[in-house]
Amino acid sequence: MGRYVLRRVVLIIPVLFGVSLFTFLMIHLVPGDPVRVMMGTSGSAEDAERIRNELGLNDPLHQQFIRYIGHVLQGDFGNSIRSGQPVLREISERLPSTLELTGVAMATAVVVGLTLGVAAAASGPRADAAIMAFALLGISMPYFWSGILLILLFGLKLDWFPIAGTGPMALVLPTITLAMPASAVLARMTRSSMLEVLNQDFVRTARAKGLRERVVVIRHVLKNALIPVVTIIGLQAGTLLAGAVIVESVFSRPGLGRYTVTAIQARDFPQVQGIVLVSAAVYVFVNLTVDLLYAFIDPRIRYQ
Amino acid sequence: MPVDVVTIDANTPLLNAKLTERRRGSNFMRRLVSRPTATAGAIIILIFILVALLAPVLAPHDPTEINTKLRRTGPTTANLMGADELGRDILSRVIYGARVSLLVGLISIGIALSVGTLLGVVAGYFGGGVDALIMRVTDVMMAFPGILLAITVVAILGPGLFNVMIAVGIEAIPAYTRTARASTLTIREQEYVIGARSIGANHRRLLFRYICPNIVSPLIVLATIGVAGSILAAAGLSYLGLGAQPPTAEWGAMLAGGRKYVREAWWMSTFPGIAIMLVVLALNLLGDGLRDILDPRLRK
Repeated sequence: MGRYVLRRVVLIIPVLFGVSLFTFLMIHLVPGDPVRVMMGTSGSAEDAERIRNELGLNDPLHQQFIRYIGHVLQGDFGNSIRSGQPVLREISERLPSTLELTGVAMATAVVVGLTLGVAAAASGPRADAAIMAFALLGISMPYFWSGILLILLFGLKLDWFPIAGTGPMALVLPTITLAMPASAVLARMTRSSMLEVLNQDFVRTARAKGLRERVVVIRHVLKNALIPVVTIIGLQAGTLLAGAVIVESVFSRPGLGRYTVTAIQARDFPQVQGIVLVSAAVYVFVNLTVDLLYAFIDPRIRYQ
Repeated sequence: MPVDVVTIDANTPLLNAKLTERRRGSNFMRRLVSRPTATAGAIIILIFILVALLAPVLAPHDPTEINTKLRRTGPTTANLMGADELGRDILSRVIYGARVSLLVGLISIGIALSVGTLLGVVAGYFGGGVDALIMRVTDVMMAFPGILLAITVVAILGPGLFNVMIAVGIEAIPAYTRTARASTLTIREQEYVIGARSIGANHRRLLFRYICPNIVSPLIVLATIGVAGSILAAAGLSYLGLGAQPPTAEWGAMLAGGRKYVREAWWMSTFPGIAIMLVVLALNLLGDGLRDILDPRLRK
């Protein structure tokens, strides 16, 4: 187990290096002059030169990269072009709200998705078809459409929940919106994984020795069926994190989402670089955790 | 599956390869028709393709025509789906929006399918350093959660519909690379490939005549579901204001406009919302059906 953990941890170093190389190169991949793009139509040639010097864009590329990595490792993500504030501070002010939404949605999706998946696999064909139809609808609804529908129904028509703002009540509709597609994906995954395990010989044995169906499903089938589902949960964490950008925009929530959109519209590259780097790092670490968890649940993985 | 096919399978593998090849064509349609949900999906997609092609004929109004008298008026006989904040006819905009969404889906998946498959086949076929390099780059691309890679590419290229197509296409590449690579690794070791190599077939011939035709099934399934995903992603970017720019009639952008007036004008967001949901649902239905038919592992 120790060796596996070590190998898995070491493996993320080249990925993180690649991600930072990409975020570094981003500004150089911009068609045309990135400084001109950032400044828009305003600003003089001197201003452009000043920003270019500030960002060190006149130095050789490899020097710029080494300096960039050095700064990033020290937690210096540069300053925003628009506000002049350190990007990392701006991000860390907004990240908790986004992580809160993502986390609550993730928990909701896991509970709802697994429950529906198990129910679909273990119940009759009619309930199965109904749950799967619902799941198909879930993966086909874009966040901005289901969000608006929830606003129309529960926000305006029934007036049960606030449609914007902060606080636990204001979290309900965004959570449902964000959790819906993920629950659908997890339900589909859990169901097919359950059906696969239900065909195994040991399940027949368990039934043959007279165990009640409940015990068979929960103790014998579910436990084994959950193994592949864990990987999907990890992947969904990324989808939710990125989906929060849209959901926050639908519900006018403060967070990384709106910050990202305005950063891109203003072409504020230090901000965009910071957001990309932080989100990718969060995602890489979530997946690392999932992989380790996976090895913990399924001993076969460790010995590969 | 008829029993006689199974017996031919076991005894004459060479003959069997030809037989299944010939059977696949007719069997495929029969299998598809025998799945009502997949057929329904295919029909809905066909209808949307027709609507997109015939948009100028079908649309009752010019989708960008502004009519200040009709601002945010609800559905009437003249404007069946109502009018938006500038008095533009929503039905016409939904019809023209089909063009944008289908085009975005096709082009972005075209990019992902061609680039991703090429990279995957090359990685799987040649192995070694090329494989390692391609797969490390793929790992890095997959480190960007969900739609974030597309958002990043838009940040580099700048907002706009064309850039969104490229961005969504790039985001989808890793899935095709990994699938194509995995299939190539299996096919590469098949006897007919080794046989072809032993009689002197060069790399290009092996890749395009022997390997590529045999890895298409999983890629077709991936691409069908992928079009659905890329339509959603592109509409999401347009919703955020990073994709289609006004006055282009695009469903995501229309929903963003509708969100502002959700209190007063439900029709502004409802109809484009239904349109996008129907297309994505249809593609998912078809994709599920194709997977059941084409993916032998899941065939029961």
